[in-house]
Amino acid sequence: MKIDKDTLHKIAHLARVEIKPEKEEGYIKDLEEVLTWVEKLNELDTDGVEPLTNMSFEENALRPDERSHQLEHERALKNAPKADDDYFRVPKVLD
Amino acid sequence: MRSHSSFAEISRQLTDGSLTCVQVVEHYLQNIRAKNSELNALLSVYDEEALERAALVDGKLQAGSAGKLAGMVVSIKDVLCYQDHPLQCGSEILNGFESQFNATAVQRLLDEDAIIIGRNNCDEFAMGSSNENSAFGPVRNADNPNRVPGGSSGGSAVAVQADMCAVSLGTDTGGSVRQPASFCGILGLKPTYSRISRHGLAAYASTFDTIGVFAHHVADMALVMEVIAGEDANDSTVSRQVVPAYSQQLEVSSKKKIAYIKETIDNDALNGDVKEAFLSKIEALKADGHTVEEVSFPLMEYALPTYYILTTAEASSNLSRYDGVRFGHRSTEAKNLEEMYKKSRAEGFGEEVLKRILLGTAVLSASYHDAYYLKAQKVRRMIQSALNELLENYDFVAMPTAPTTAFELGAKTENSMEMYLADLFTVQASVAGVPAISVPVGRDQDGMSIGLQLITKAFDEAKLLAFSNYLLEN
Repeated sequence: MKIDKDTLHKIAHLARVEIKPEKEEGYIKDLEEVLTWVEKLNELDTDGVEPLTNMSFEENALRPDERSHQLEHERALKNAPKADDDYFRVPKVLD
Repeated sequence: MRSHSSFAEISRQLTDGSLTCVQVVEHYLQNIRAKNSELNALLSVYDEEALERAALVDGKLQAGSAGKLAGMVVSIKDVLCYQDHPLQCGSEILNGFESQFNATAVQRLLDEDAIIIGRNNCDEFAMGSSNENSAFGPVRNADNPNRVPGGSSGGSAVAVQADMCAVSLGTDTGGSVRQPASFCGILGLKPTYSRISRHGLAAYASTFDTIGVFAHHVADMALVMEVIAGEDANDSTVSRQVVPAYSQQLEVSSKKKIAYIKETIDNDALNGDVKEAFLSKIEALKADGHTVEEVSFPLMEYALPTYYILTTAEASSNLSRYDGVRFGHRSTEAKNLEEMYKKSRAEGFGEEVLKRILLGTAVLSASYHDAYYLKAQKVRRMIQSALNELLENYDFVAMPTAPTTAFELGAKTENSMEMYLADLFTVQASVAGVPAISVPVGRDQDGMSIGLQLITKAFDEAKLLAFSNYLLEN
């Protein structure tokens, strides 16, 4: 599969990753290489095969809907790059 | 204390008073001090804490109130939460992170009085096959420090290999326990998908990830499995099936039926010494009365591409949580929220991780979803059905764990496609969700170890462990 710069930046935007201009060529080459390699699967006829979407052997493993295992406020915030006493802080969303 | 002592041996000595837990910890700490600066298997060593805990466990042993794992010293891969201890997944994006709670597997080890001696280096977010892809530098193979230990759980493998602990926990998504076990000459078990709770395990690919165990002795592995496997209210995917007493079922009472796969033996990537060691073990099994047959598994070659489509897709979703908001690295360059996400992620993640996130995002994006992701999910079902069918007719499927032995550092870092081939024989069991183990069966002409992989039916770990024990002893 061919990837052009526009496609690369579209994918990067969806993934919320910044790509510097000097890295573009490298990523395009890497992505094309792997995406072409995995096209090998097209050799197989999968008509009528149900996709396998869930590997767990459990169905509807439900627990009682009760409050439990609360992470204390302080603990929840302790790894934050920026926080005040109550909340995580981020840069302004709206100008 | 003897090197690579079995837990049974240690327990016996603890009971007869010829050894204390403190001495056991000191034994491992001595090896860590002597070797870790070169091998880089441990990113944190909890020396004082381990000694304190050992003294506590010695007290419990005297009082007769000690848990099942009293005297067992363990290290854990840097993707498993250990409360108030660092967790970085081998990545700079988690600089400064400390776990807020214990992973279920870790909690269960602690509850049975195991002692955690340190945190194992690994490939960043468990993505890699040589452990050269850690933000904290490569891990080296203790049998030859110029060789890789395999990955991604290379640090966990080397910690056991170099006698820095008795047992370690790794994780296996496509071979990350079995392949390093093969490269380091030890046992590595990937249990059935969902056998062990993943609460507190930093996710990579959620329909593949399993916690796995490294050890020198099958009985030690069996005991740890007994303790950590099973139902957990914090993981809705974990199996509620009863956990057997694996350690009490290590005898092999009957002759087995084993298949080995033609497509692995005929594979161009398979190294000659590995092939020879594998086939000679096959002959030995036949000579001992087991039925061993060559079978064809034409879907073999489709497992690796299937694995890469699905795991990168799942990784792109799982790793979206590393956004610089609640934990980890945040860029100081960003002027608004979107820039903060993009710059924090670009700065914090390593190249291979970024590449897999982009790949996964691509195969999940609207234009490519059906052609790649959906296609791979269909092929996954075909591979799972074919492997399960084979396992209906045979007790085990055997193959070399990896196509080669441990390679030199730097040998495959330039070409990631070549690196991906290191998982060629391990991904089948991961794609199908069935358990598999790597058992050391020989050495190549350079003295590097060779592993034989056994695969069996879902939840048949007891059978797998018993036969591995037999293989090691014969």
